[in-house]
Amino acid sequence: MGSRVNEILEILSKNSKLTSTEIATMLDMEPQEVEEIIRELEEQNVIVRYNTLINWDKTDKERVTALIEVKVTPQRDQGFDSIAERIYKFPEVKSVYLMSGPYDLCVIVEGKTMKDVASFVSQRLSVLDPVLSTATHFILKPYKIGGVILEDDEKDGRQVITL
Amino acid sequence: MNWEEKISQKVRHIPPSGIRKFFDIVNEMEDAISLGVGEPDFVTPWNIREASIHSIEKGMTYYTSNWGMLELREMISRYLLERFDISYDPKDEVLVTIGASEGIDLALRSIIEPGDEVVVPDPSYVSYMPCITMAGGVTVPIVCTAEDDFKLKPEALKEKLTDKTKALILPYPNNPTGGMMNREDLLAVADVIRDTGIIVISDEIYAELTYEGNHTSFASIPGMKDRTIVLNGFSKAFAMTGWRLGYAAANKTFINAMVKIHQYTMLCAPIMSQVAGLEALRSGFEDDFKSVRDMVNEYNHRRRVILKGFRDMGLECFEPLGAFYVFPSIEKTGMTSEEFCERLLMEEKVAVVPGNAFGESGEGFIRCSYACSMENINEALNRIGNFVKKYM
Repeated sequence: MGSRVNEILEILSKNSKLTSTEIATMLDMEPQEVEEIIRELEEQNVIVRYNTLINWDKTDKERVTALIEVKVTPQRDQGFDSIAERIYKFPEVKSVYLMSGPYDLCVIVEGKTMKDVASFVSQRLSVLDPVLSTATHFILKPYKIGGVILEDDEKDGRQVITL
Repeated sequence: MNWEEKISQKVRHIPPSGIRKFFDIVNEMEDAISLGVGEPDFVTPWNIREASIHSIEKGMTYYTSNWGMLELREMISRYLLERFDISYDPKDEVLVTIGASEGIDLALRSIIEPGDEVVVPDPSYVSYMPCITMAGGVTVPIVCTAEDDFKLKPEALKEKLTDKTKALILPYPNNPTGGMMNREDLLAVADVIRDTGIIVISDEIYAELTYEGNHTSFASIPGMKDRTIVLNGFSKAFAMTGWRLGYAAANKTFINAMVKIHQYTMLCAPIMSQVAGLEALRSGFEDDFKSVRDMVNEYNHRRRVILKGFRDMGLECFEPLGAFYVFPSIEKTGMTSEEFCERLLMEEKVAVVPGNAFGESGEGFIRCSYACSMENINEALNRIGNFVKKYM
């Protein structure tokens, strides 16, 4: 059963629009069986959300994304978890990772303008007590997100019929 | 001057490809979907391309040994042993060719005397018959039917053997049918030829692309290795069609003969392709051929979708076990294969290949490749469904 679950997850991770009937055909299963597995995965929060990958650069929506390296003092009994929580609860924060290496938390922040992000860092993030220092890097252009190349220029050049 | 008369009889008598006209029509047609493509829709994995680019940058632009780089032959030898349980000495039992296609030609030219008969399952890949003809031999087709899962049956084989039978071509997993021969099936064939001097040319180019059980090489059947020429290549397993890289493995007498022709006609396979092949196998051994498995998995999803699609239309369709084609029967529509394909293309803008392109027994069938995106498969199935409804 485990491999079936993983196969369903792999398929959904690439295209969450597929119906359980379509997935059932692909895996030679019954649609009800697939539905049941997906429901369980949703309940267990293995499937957290069904997202859409959007290349915002192609829209007229203005937004900037920054990657912020944050050094913090871990808290007694809670390690990094409590400070991470205090950071990820800000809606401006899109992702937070605990890192190995020279800094502790990698924080991805989104704002409308660079000024927005700068003010978030100076007024909300760096003022938190456990935060020792921050280094903000603005993202200039996304090339590949979550395994998908955004501007894939590898066209299908195959001959239309070959034997 | 009538130059046509100057063309050799042999070549003149090779019939023109039956799909040329479809090809020209599809090429002109906008928004046509093609299920006629006989090559993977995956691009060669980046590590393989990168290794080849690097070799060019380093100036590896020279000839290699006629046999192919020894390092590559060693990898191929290891690959054949680990994946298919057949053991060949990389020094004199493996030859790197320009695709398995060259292997077919070399094998036939090495063994055929004028008038020798070569037995070939029908339907099969299109190049066997012309290659046999050009080598001076005579093709003896053996009808393989959907009822027999398109397998080569021992009784049918026995019937076709004469004292002129020189060789048997075993093209499994099969293009166009997707049929496979498992161990028992091969054992039965082995029993028929065991006491003869018949050479077996086993074209195993689709060996990695199987969906219900692994491929068995004919050379791994007890007592059969010595008479078998195994042909394989990188095109299908590693999505490397354009690199034109294949190989032959056989006893040294056969390989020696094949090298004689190869050295004067091809000299060697392009070194940049050989480097790419080396990386394909090297990285494959490192991760237990994960990229191949992922690809097969993906094909398998599409295979089930397209098979169900045709069966839901009410067409009879053998469940293909290997390669990336389905071969549904279109008999119920009352059309011939070519009629069906031509009208389908004009009326619904979907290109498929008429089954008779692969031999007379392919009449009444069409070959549809599922080496294309799921979106295209679904759209093509919709269109074919509409078409079939009109005529059934």
